Amino acid sequence: MADSTTSTGSPGSRILGLTTLLGLAGLLLFAFALTEPDVRLHPTTGEEFGQFDAVRLLYLHVPMAVLTYVAFLTCAVASAGYLLKRGAWWDVTAHASAEVGTVFCGLVLVTGSIWGKPVWNTWWEWGDVRLMTTLVLFLLFTGYLALRRTPAEPQRQARRAAVVALVAVLDIPLINRSVEWWENRTLHQQSTLAELKIEDLTLFTLMLGFVVFGLVFAWLMLHRFRVGWLEQAQADRDMALAIAERHAEMETLDVDAAIGRTGGGK
Amino acid sequence: MAHRYRGGVSVVELRGAVALLGRFPALAGVNLSVDAGETVLIQGPNGAGKTTLLRLCAGLLRPAGGEVVVLGHDLTAERRAVRRRVALLGHSTGLYGDLTVAENISFWARAAGLSAPDAESRAAAAARLMGLDQRLLSRTVNALSAGQRRRTSIAALAVRRPELWLLDEPHAGLDQAGRDAVDSLISEAVAAGATVLVSSHELERVRSLSPRVVTVAAGMVVADSSRSGPATDGDGEPGGGPGA
Amino acid sequence: MGNREVVQVRELFTDARLVATRDLRIEARSRVLLNQVAPFALLVLVLFGFALDADQRTLRTFAPGLFWVAVLLAALLAVQRSTSLEHADDAHTGLRLSGMAPSSVFLGKAVAVFVQLIVLETLLTMGIVVLYGSEVDDPVLLVLTAAAAAVAVATTGTLYGALASGLGARETLLPILLLPVLAPVLIGATRSFDDALGAAAVDGWAWLGLLVVFGLVATVLGALAYGAMIED
Repeated sequence: MADSTTSTGSPGSRILGLTTLLGLAGLLLFAFALTEPDVRLHPTTGEEFGQFDAVRLLYLHVPMAVLTYVAFLTCAVASAGYLLKRGAWWDVTAHASAEVGTVFCGLVLVTGSIWGKPVWNTWWEWGDVRLMTTLVLFLLFTGYLALRRTPAEPQRQARRAAVVALVAVLDIPLINRSVEWWENRTLHQQSTLAELKIEDLTLFTLMLGFVVFGLVFAWLMLHRFRVGWLEQAQADRDMALAIAERHAEMETLDVDAAIGRTGGGK
Repeated sequence: MAHRYRGGVSVVELRGAVALLGRFPALAGVNLSVDAGETVLIQGPNGAGKTTLLRLCAGLLRPAGGEVVVLGHDLTAERRAVRRRVALLGHSTGLYGDLTVAENISFWARAAGLSAPDAESRAAAAARLMGLDQRLLSRTVNALSAGQRRRTSIAALAVRRPELWLLDEPHAGLDQAGRDAVDSLISEAVAAGATVLVSSHELERVRSLSPRVVTVAAGMVVADSSRSGPATDGDGEPGGGPGA
Repeated sequence: MGNREVVQVRELFTDARLVATRDLRIEARSRVLLNQVAPFALLVLVLFGFALDADQRTLRTFAPGLFWVAVLLAALLAVQRSTSLEHADDAHTGLRLSGMAPSSVFLGKAVAVFVQLIVLETLLTMGIVVLYGSEVDDPVLLVLTAAAAAVAVATTGTLYGALASGLGARETLLPILLLPVLAPVLIGATRSFDDALGAAAVDGWAWLGLLVVFGLVATVLGALAYGAMIED
């Protein structure tokens, strides 16, 4: 990237941003207006049951959940890359994807909670594997971001953050396994989606959700990466500047007076 | 690479070396060449970068620019190999307060890879050299005075018989006997073929040990008594052998 | 070549033993664990009693979970103490210059923390028997679980103690980094104790397996990653 760059925007990213905005508007239209609520009739009693309007949240929740995992996986791969290759590119990518992933992860927990209240009749379900795994994951990456904000030497911080990210991702299967055995049940039936009447429109909206949130993810990553990259470039410029300043110190420094002698050196 | 460097072979070779403390360039382009067996006094005002220079040579800092070769190891690529061959006396003592003087010295001897009997005999010798008597040896470091701690800390370094000594104000906080002990340690090390870099404000004392005085200021070498004028170039030793 | 590797492995364990005995000797002299950490852990058990309204049946049911929460909180202190030994007077720099492999330092420090955790767990077991009225159904499972969990906590803790040090935010950073990673250990050890103490009908041995896997992964990963933590 050229040194003169001062913005994270570019024609490409603006087109991407506009497309994303339009996509979001479209997704909201389909998810909240055009699709039907989930209402089914009980085959014998004829009673109405289902997720009703709450199902609409799934068009946002499911794609975000998938992208959370994509982001954290990206972070782990980039962290491993950094530990092996030590390039700034890997480090900036890891930091960017961890931040974006944490935002998505938080939104997944919030939308899940809102959806769970009417459908499961509870904001929170302790025994649910995915819910618990996602929560612990969120806490793990909160710690990661806390470490990123310490006032440490940049390379030291990058190396340690990389280890934290790798440990966090390696921990996922163990957390998942332990929570699964813990209560041996999950409200997230594999069939939650399968038992819905999957009509063409429902399926289309869900797919649209994946595409649109994929775009949101790409747009956020692009800008977050560029911010990180500009910070690196600025740090390099600052260093050159600081070295020049250090050289200039000699103009005003009376070395002989400071070390207490006259003549000598030569 | 265990052989000793002798006569005209450079032990420390810095060209335009830059080292950062956080984001601050504590060293902003240092040129310095030190041959095997030399004793070099490094002087300069506070904040000149003397401590950072010694830490850089010890392989504790990653060079942020320039070339840094110590004992034949390029420190930009590889810093671990050089560490076990140098001894750095810093401002902290690096001791464990709850262990006795003897335990501290023999721990650091064992940590340097010596067998238990070797460690014990060298520890005893080093303690004698630094004037630590039997009574002190069995006291915990917490119960020592600052000067006694300093002596212990120097003894714990001496057991390693390093090829390169990096001494950051070794005389600070020591009484007359302690200062003399440091001086004899330096002369013994040099006699055994080691190279010594000493930063000190005790000009007269160190000048008697070392004919070469390097002045550091603003993160650069601004004067070098063995070179003509400010050291801008690492070469210039008349009649010396080629560098590493 | 094979010979050189044998020498390296022997050196690894010699150095690890050197570090472990040093840390334990310091603990034997300073008694920080015995005089400060252990009473704190027992205090936590008492506080749980107050918070849960001193109903002994409730306490007995939840004893396994309370036990392990107390262990984790005390382990945080033990890890912080273990890390601060190196940073109090910058012995840390000496270790970096010593030429010892970072894996040796890691293993040595982890072993010392492990031994201290075993002492803590023994005291806390007596604590829940006396205070909560717990009864040991399966002593073998109890001992193995305590050991496996101590390995997991000591290794992860030692790695994260080094990781959180020297960043300018040590004391506050360690808990938020370490505790979420140990979530599977808390769950696993609690369930296994449920079985060993007869507090709930679960298969403790399966959980013990999970703890062992965690401990092995943490030991290998810690030995490999510790160098990157203390090198610079």
